Amino acid sequence: MQGSYAHHLPASDARRRSRRAQAVSLIGPLTAAAGLIWAIVQPYRLTMLHPRGQGLWWLAVEPPLLVVLAGIVFTFVVARPLLADMEAHHAAEG
Amino acid sequence: MLPKAEMVHWLFATGILLVGLCLLAEAIVGTEVWRMRPWRKYLWPGLAFTLGLLLWPVMAFFTNSAIHMYAHGSWAEVLMLAGGAELGLVHGRLKSRWWRLTWPLAFAVTGIAFIVHEQNPWFFARSAFLHHLLGWTFLIAAIVPLLLVWRPRSPALQSFFALSIVLVAVMLYCDRDVAPVFGHLSPLAGPPHR
Repeated sequence: MQGSYAHHLPASDARRRSRRAQAVSLIGPLTAAAGLIWAIVQPYRLTMLHPRGQGLWWLAVEPPLLVVLAGIVFTFVVARPLLADMEAHHAAEG
Repeated sequence: MLPKAEMVHWLFATGILLVGLCLLAEAIVGTEVWRMRPWRKYLWPGLAFTLGLLLWPVMAFFTNSAIHMYAHGSWAEVLMLAGGAELGLVHGRLKSRWWRLTWPLAFAVTGIAFIVHEQNPWFFARSAFLHHLLGWTFLIAAIVPLLLVWRPRSPALQSFFALSIVLVAVMLYCDRDVAPVFGHLSPLAGPPHR
């Protein structure tokens, strides 16, 4: 009975770790996807599609692109090193 | 040459969204893993502090009445205080958990300032609606960072905290200078634009 319990515990731990890693790796792409969907639903918010006559700020600040940018920045700056650290931490734990 | 007010809201929404995403990631992986790299532990508190700092030029250049100036000035102060206290805590310079009370304080002050400085009723225009909604969201959500003072490692509370900040970012992205809300737009608000 005890042996069976000890056998199942690491497996459930591994599943939980895997779910956490999946969740972290999905945050950035989901955010970027939300921005992309917004751009498709409201294309007139993308001034780069019709740049003629637009001022500097309208060309620089395009909300759907800001959301996509936030998702990309999060993925490469935060999520990737974080996933590597998660693996290293769990490897060290055994 | 100054950007429109709605653009400033969107830029702040992006910074707030990044803070929320970092908090969400920390809630998922746990504080121990999150702080494995020294730069990462300063990331979201530093972002929050910087956003507080950037609210000062917003106060100086975008406020057109005393009450707007007080509201933006108080946000700048409480955000810098909460971000700075968090920086001190993660660095180890500050030890007392009571410094975390700066977050519910920031939420409460922000909520009150949003509600008080919006002079128009809910359905005057979209910006008025969002100001009321943001105010009440901050006031209700202040309970989460308050509970985090006693349960700082609770994944559920950390997740709620993160998601409430992401929700604030979504509301700020919805802001427009003059636009209808659920089909309502007061004629006093002026002509709507895209």
